[in-house]
Amino acid sequence: MFRDRKTLLLLFGMPIVQILLFGFALTNEIKNSKIVIADFAKDIASQEIIGKIEASKNFNIEKSILSSQEIEAAFKKGEIKIAIVFPNNFNYDLRHSNKAQIQVIADASDPNTATTLTNYITSIVNDYQQDIWKTSKVPYRIMPELRMLYNPDLKGAPNFVPGVMAMVLLLVCVMMTSISIVREKELGTMEVLLVSPFKPFLVIVSKMIPYLFISLLNLVIILVLSVFLLEMPIRGSLILLVAESTLFIITALSLGLFISTVTDTQQAAMSISMLGMMLPTILLGGYMFPIENMPIALQVVSNIVPAKWFYIIVKAIMLKGLGFSYIWKETLVLAGMAMLFLLISLRNFKIRLA
Amino acid sequence: MKETVIKTENLTKRFGDFVAVDAISFEVYKGEIFGFLGANGAGKTTAMRMLSGLSKPTSGKAIVAGLDVFTQPEEIKKNIGYMSQRFSLYEDLTVIENIKFFGGIYGLSDKQIKQKSEELIEQLQFQNEIKKLVHDIPLGWKQKLALSVAILHEPKVVFLDEPTGGVDPATRKQFWEMIYQTADKGITVFVTTHYLDEAEYCNRISIMVDGRIDALGTPRELKEKFSATSMDEVFYKLARGAKRSDN
Repeated sequence: MFRDRKTLLLLFGMPIVQILLFGFALTNEIKNSKIVIADFAKDIASQEIIGKIEASKNFNIEKSILSSQEIEAAFKKGEIKIAIVFPNNFNYDLRHSNKAQIQVIADASDPNTATTLTNYITSIVNDYQQDIWKTSKVPYRIMPELRMLYNPDLKGAPNFVPGVMAMVLLLVCVMMTSISIVREKELGTMEVLLVSPFKPFLVIVSKMIPYLFISLLNLVIILVLSVFLLEMPIRGSLILLVAESTLFIITALSLGLFISTVTDTQQAAMSISMLGMMLPTILLGGYMFPIENMPIALQVVSNIVPAKWFYIIVKAIMLKGLGFSYIWKETLVLAGMAMLFLLISLRNFKIRLA
Repeated sequence: MKETVIKTENLTKRFGDFVAVDAISFEVYKGEIFGFLGANGAGKTTAMRMLSGLSKPTSGKAIVAGLDVFTQPEEIKKNIGYMSQRFSLYEDLTVIENIKFFGGIYGLSDKQIKQKSEELIEQLQFQNEIKKLVHDIPLGWKQKLALSVAILHEPKVVFLDEPTGGVDPATRKQFWEMIYQTADKGITVFVTTHYLDEAEYCNRISIMVDGRIDALGTPRELKEKFSATSMDEVFYKLARGAKRSDN
């Protein structure tokens, strides 16, 4: 066993990696979430609550802004997950009518995160309430008014549908392309294709096209089911959504192609696609575990997971109804990845021929 | 005067320090069955890959069907057929689908494909099998079909890389009859093999040892030269000096 380094690595590496991953990275606890505070009151009560939020390890105050337009823009850009608005006369209301309101706005496209974050805020506010009850006998009440943006009913579908889309498309494209090309290598038919006048580039393209169509069909099925069965909205442009999905499919196909050029057996292609693609996609794609909570190292790693970018794009289009101007960066990343994988695989392919 | 179809001069392929094919020179004539023998790892497959435009030679010269392997590999591909030791048809396509597919990638028109496949089915007496998956027909039949498909586009040369691996002697004999028919059509047959009795069927043979061609001639010439009674003996006399083994 000790001569078989790979098995050894697997046996001891697995528990270490898993403990670290699940212990630090993949928790539903949220730390250092960026929060925006709109303090129209600027009085003693609001300042004290803000102080408590600032002291909490759950939040990092991003900035204090004073217009609802700015808050809206921050949500659209995906800069923040939560915002708090203190109305004018917050302290005055509290002291004179014994009750006051604050507005808590959360990005509920990820309902779990939104619920967790609003719970943190509510408990901070309750905590403050307890504090003032100690010093006075009047039962002052602060009532947080919750607003769940994009997904007021906190349905699960808006979160997992984009995730499933990313998963399924990636799986079909990466796994199927890589396996189908490697299979021809294994069987020997690839060699026959290569000695034919048929251009190697065309061999690759014709291998990819069926999976492009299958994936587009899958996309249609997923969209139809989620819209009609799960009542998932498509607030943005359908054409943009399909175009972005096609880009993602092409990225995944090129990735599959890349895997097929570096492996020689179907088994190897399969395990690379499974371990190398499935796990990072699930763990670092952003829809199971919020990426913001992860250690910096993992956050950096998550950037090379194509599904992460696609997930952001799909959520932006379907739930937030945003246009291309908000997602061009993510689009560019995906396009860049596709180009890179295609170039590397074409180069690998040629080297093999030489 | 015999027409030369393949001509190499000091054709060499290096992989780093390893010289897989070491300056081989030979000529193959039109309609000839040219046997290419050698132990595993002697460099047969590499030499064949260079001649079929799959692999770029490191140095030397090679002309196949009047075309230079250095500058016109894509043109060469149109003029050669290829059947590999591993089975080279699509198992999950039917017989007729395979014929159509390979006809297609060699750029035959639909009409040509139709005409060719009818001829081929007739000749092989495959009428009852055309709708069967290649997976379900016997190995001997598959190999005949593979050869027929490899020469569907009437190439000048057909390369057969250990075509008779794993079949029984009777089927091998039938297969060699097909090779003779192919050569009779004027198609040059370039065949590698492990079976030394098959070497006797070739018009001329070359024996590769450690990347070099150590012997070349008709089976009779070689047996006289090495004062051997069979090709087996010739081969063992040569192979004894080999430094490379399987791995």
